[in-house]
Amino acid sequence: MTGVIEVRDLVVRYSGATALDGIDLTVHENEMVALIGANGAGKSTLVKVLSGLLRPESGTITVAGRLSQVPEGREMFPDLSVDDNLRLGGWRNGRKGRDTTAIYDLLPDLAPIRARKAGALSGGQQQMVAIGRALMARPDVLVVDELSLGLAPLVVAALVDHLRFLHTERGLAVLLIEQNARLALDLCRRAYVLEAGRIALHGPARELSRDPRVTAAYLGGHVAVPR
Amino acid sequence: MSDLIGYLLTGLGIGAGFALVGSGLVAIYRVTRVVNFAQGAFAVLAAMLTSSLLGAGLPHGVAEVGGVVLGALAGLIVGVIAIGRPGTSPGTSLIVTLGLGVLAYAVEVLIWGDQPRSFPGVSGVAEVGGARLPAHYLLILAVTAPVFLVMAWFFARTDLGRALSACASNRYAAQVVGIDVRRMGLLAFAIGGALGGLAGVLTTPVQQVTFDSDVTLIVNGFAAAVLGGLTRPMVALAGGLLLGVAQTLAAGYGGGAYQMEVALVLMLTVMIIQAARTGPVPETA
Repeated sequence: MTGVIEVRDLVVRYSGATALDGIDLTVHENEMVALIGANGAGKSTLVKVLSGLLRPESGTITVAGRLSQVPEGREMFPDLSVDDNLRLGGWRNGRKGRDTTAIYDLLPDLAPIRARKAGALSGGQQQMVAIGRALMARPDVLVVDELSLGLAPLVVAALVDHLRFLHTERGLAVLLIEQNARLALDLCRRAYVLEAGRIALHGPARELSRDPRVTAAYLGGHVAVPR
Repeated sequence: MSDLIGYLLTGLGIGAGFALVGSGLVAIYRVTRVVNFAQGAFAVLAAMLTSSLLGAGLPHGVAEVGGVVLGALAGLIVGVIAIGRPGTSPGTSLIVTLGLGVLAYAVEVLIWGDQPRSFPGVSGVAEVGGARLPAHYLLILAVTAPVFLVMAWFFARTDLGRALSACASNRYAAQVVGIDVRRMGLLAFAIGGALGGLAGVLTTPVQQVTFDSDVTLIVNGFAAAVLGGLTRPMVALAGGLLLGVAQTLAAGYGGGAYQMEVALVLMLTVMIIQAARTGPVPETA
């Protein structure tokens, strides 16, 4: 299996301070991988580098195919309609690739609100728009930055269902970046733990969720219930 | 009564010029967060070139379009210098546009001299509701109205317009979806330049232009734009028209010396009210 995302020995510095230090990370085709870590561990920096919005100091990033981002905090175009938000997700595709019909088939909850301003939507609806907008780019791999942040558990469950569907039925590779480690480890087969700009741990999610270092730091000190 | 109609139509004609300059400021500010103080220079350059082209024997229409194209080109050049270097703050860019506006004086005086210039527009006198006014004022309105309709359509219904609005709405998200925000900023500068150029070309037949006419235009255009917090082109249109009418009424009934003061008082009032209500207009985004 080849990696759809291959990160090797990545170093990123902000005005002297090292944000990421020697990161190795792989997401294989049709794989769902979690990246967990505390605030300030460097997760968002990694997302920015992966999306090409930030230049690394050294190291290599190889993305086979197209990478699309669901950014932290949803990052809507608040004054634009849901449909315009989606359309702009296909900006790189050219005119014909900006038809939004397929997205409403995939995410039917968006159809009734397509004309509403994105800024007037609930957090869960905005997250759905953000996913739809990322899908408009017709990605091979989706980087989801903080899917659950600030959302009610039921809303998160619905979003997770959609994400799982896209992964299993559409074969989309996913890199899920989450503060909610329990959610991420339950959803993904493999996971990385980022601490202070370094990969502290990585391996099968099931093993990590029993690792005392993970349970103490990220799962509230309780050992995860075996599945 | 006929006096009033005459003042209103004349005021709308003059106000259309302010509205065009103001909406040019808005077009640039929305996308780049830069207040472009070279905006008035686009109008002067366009008007000067049009007078030269007409003097060289080019027909009406062609010469005016030439002026507007020069405005757009000047806008693009100002944009490249003001925001071309990545990481330039909007405050720094503002100072750059101010400097370029002054530099434009030198270029204008060098090429066209320091004497007022004008060129004929639509000749003759129109009679509307008993009021007699130069027919050219009606042409100004007849051109400005469709320009604003096309702009509204462009920003809301075309993907390029949506992308410009997206940069205005959320710059980071625009980058996330792959929009080149710097290129969009340059496009906004070119649009602003064209709108400024159009203002100069349209109003010069009824108001002579000199190299420093940009001061009147920028003060009034800024007053119009600031009504909508520098982000709403249609409010800039309404503001510009209102200013034009208010000034013409003040001049007609009160005396011609206070035209600029009307704009300044209106601008200060709006800024004070807005500052009290929503905090200051953000200088950086």
